[in-house]
Order: sequence, then structure tokens, then C-alpha cells
Amino acid sequence: MKPAPFEYHAPETVDDAVGLLAQHGDDAKPLAGGQSLVPLLSLRLTRFDHLVDLNRIGALQGIRRENGHVVVGAMTRHRAVELDPSIGSTVPLLAAAVPWIGHFQIRNRGTIGGSIAHADPAAELPAVAAALDAEMEITSKSGVRRLAAADFFQGTFMTAIDTGELLTAIRFPVWGKESGFAFTEFARRSGDFAIAGVGVGLEASGGTITRAAIAFMGMGPVPARAADAEKALLGVSLDSLDAAAVARIAVAATDATGDVHASAANRTTIATHLAEQALTRAASLAAANV
Amino acid sequence: MSEVTIRMNVNGTARRGRIEPRKTLADFLREDCVATSVHLACEHGVCGACTVIVDGVASRSCLMFAVQADGASITTAEGLANPDGSLGIVQDAFRQCHGLQCGFCTPGFVVSVTAFLQENPDPSLEEIREGISGNLCRCTGYQGIIKAVQHAAAAGRTAVTSTEGN
Repeated sequence: MKPAPFEYHAPETVDDAVGLLAQHGDDAKPLAGGQSLVPLLSLRLTRFDHLVDLNRIGALQGIRRENGHVVVGAMTRHRAVELDPSIGSTVPLLAAAVPWIGHFQIRNRGTIGGSIAHADPAAELPAVAAALDAEMEITSKSGVRRLAAADFFQGTFMTAIDTGELLTAIRFPVWGKESGFAFTEFARRSGDFAIAGVGVGLEASGGTITRAAIAFMGMGPVPARAADAEKALLGVSLDSLDAAAVARIAVAATDATGDVHASAANRTTIATHLAEQALTRAASLAAANV
Repeated sequence: MSEVTIRMNVNGTARRGRIEPRKTLADFLREDCVATSVHLACEHGVCGACTVIVDGVASRSCLMFAVQADGASITTAEGLANPDGSLGIVQDAFRQCHGLQCGFCTPGFVVSVTAFLQENPDPSLEEIREGISGNLCRCTGYQGIIKAVQHAAAAGRTAVTSTEGN
């Protein structure tokens, strides 16, 4: 099984990479960890005349703190995020979601930027980015722009990244101390693409919820934020949270479709249960962090 | 599309090849380096039969282009045998515990398990099940493989202790 022929470029700087992307336009594709792109090329579901391999650009890898944000370089491997000692306390939802991605061999190569730029509706990290209102740092020859997750994901496999642009970093806001996060998903086999999944963040003040975020994956073309359920959670005490009721409100914000793996109704039922579990866990973690 | 020259170390032997960039690492290892333990089944990252260690990290060789491994050190199942050609710890454990039947998936398993045990030398049953979840076996039902991982973990710990004792 072979991809169609392409010209291979291995730039060592972001400048060179965006230069190549500008030069070759829509004929060029950035190659990140390759865990989704290489199968698509090998199955000839897609083809590009030029591949711009980002794996030799050291500046795109790494995790740093910056003004209340954690900035993760786009070429940071999932495994590096998973093993990072600080992410569990600074961006707990990201830490909770990453182990759900594929298998360790996939996480060894796959990257955060690759996953988010690929924008698979059944992928974990777009939902995490949506839940946390992460900002995407997008670089081109004309400079750097930042885009909110809500404006970034535009459809199945579609993002706001334009021709000649490269996703270079993802900026995650750090929530307050009295907060709890949970991520869960359901798949028929460990490591498979999930039928549905959900990420939840709750922040409280003196045990009363002051901030809530709920985002589903696999429940529509783009990650689905549950705005009504989030609003309903504000002012609610962590102790008296009716997770099942909130989960039912939350899932109403989704637009599941059926496929060979699950019908739309089945997906919605599963997502409701997952949301209840995640809300319960996030609330108990937030209560423990008072 | 022009060919490129690449160099890599495969199981301790320096290899050089002139290839098209679209050639996967799996195909390069099999066709140009005679590392035919690298098995190809799904060729899109699901089955794990092509798993090799690239610069210390277990990776799907069907999801990398050979050109991306230019300058890298690769270990395949061939490279897990002892220098005298006898079976390495993980390979031997698979043999002893009936961790294989037809053997097609086995090279990918022993490579994955070797990498897994390097990071986690004393895994729980749950961790073992998670650790082997990225490799598919259609014969064994996995019970023998789980036993093999437990056996290899114990043998590995014994080997470390006796080395430390010396």
C-alpha cells in the first residue's frame, strides 16, 4: 500500500515551514505525527504534491507557562503531555483526556497540534480545546494570529486554518484552585475511536459553582459545548448537584448522527450517561479542592 | 518525484538506502533491510504488527515514512534476540507461556511489550491489558500473552537484580 508520490520537505524552522506552505499553497500539507494523515495518504483517500514534515522543528515542541496560560507547542507528542509532571495540576482536563487517545504507540508519535488541526469529530483534544476555550496560535508568513476554539472548528475535518497557515501552539487557560475536571468516553474496544465522549470542568467558590464547561465529542461535526447546561450549573452547590438532570440538558445541545457503530439515539443515550458520570466526578474533585 | 538517500541503524547494523519519500519505514525495513519480522496487516495503524522501536520509542512503522527515520536507530524483533542468537527475555516468555499460535502478530507484540516493560517493569494486570491493547491477535485470546508479559516482567526483574548483585 503506497501513497501517491509527493515531494518531501523537512524544514527545521517555523519560518521555513510557513515559507514552504505559502509557496506551494493547497498542494502542500503539513505532516505532524502522521497518525491520521499517513493512513489517509496510504489508503489514497487524499493526496498532496508536497508534504512539509514538521518533526525536525524543535521550536514547535514543548510546554511552557505564560501569563495564566499553559502554552503547548503544536508538535508536542501526546506522550510528552501524558508524562508531563505539571499538566495534571495546570490543565487537568487535558491530562485526563490524553490517555484516552489511541494506544501508547500512537501517543508516542501523535501530536496535540496534529490532532486539533485534523479536527476529527471523534477525537479527544478538539473537545478539550472547546471545553477550556483554548486559543489556537496560527502562524503564516504575515505573522501570528490567535483564534478561539469556538471559531476554529468549522466542520468535520474543517478548521479556520487558511492556505499558507500553520497551527503552531495551543494556549490553555489555567482555572482557579477550587476546580475539578473529568473526561470520559465510550468505545467498543480500548483505543478505538469513541462512539461518544465528554469533558467537564467545574470551578467553585466556597462550594458554589462559579464556572462550568461541558464539551462533547463524537456528537456532531464539531465539539459541542453545552451552553444551557453550563448556565444551569452556575450558583449550584457542589453538594446538591443533580448530575443526571444537568446531563439531560447538556445532551440537548448535541446533534448526533447515526453510523455503522451506533445510531443517533444510542449515541445520545451513551453521551447522557457519560455526562452524568463526568459531572459527578468533576464535582467531587472540585469539592475536594476547596 | 526524486529519490532521497537515507541512513539509519537497524538492530546495530548501519543501513543506507535510496528511496522514494513515499516509502514507509515498514516497507524500507522489510524490503531494503531484510527485517522481515516487521509484519504488515492493516497498514493503517490499527493492528500493531509493524511496531518497531525508533530512537527508544515504540512506533507504528506503517505510519512513518522511511525518510523521517533518516539518522535514527531502529530495533525490530530481530534485534531483541540475545547476541548469541538465543531468544531474548520477552521472546522466550512468549514461547514458554504460549503467547502465540500462528505467530503473525508476535513480532509486533514482543516489540511493544519490550518497550512497555522498559517504562513499567512491574505492571499490574490492568496495566498489562492496557499495554497490549495496541496490538491485535486473532489466535490466542490474549490470555497466554498476558501470562507471557507477567513472566517477562518477573524474568526482567530477576535479571536486573542478579546484574546488580554482581
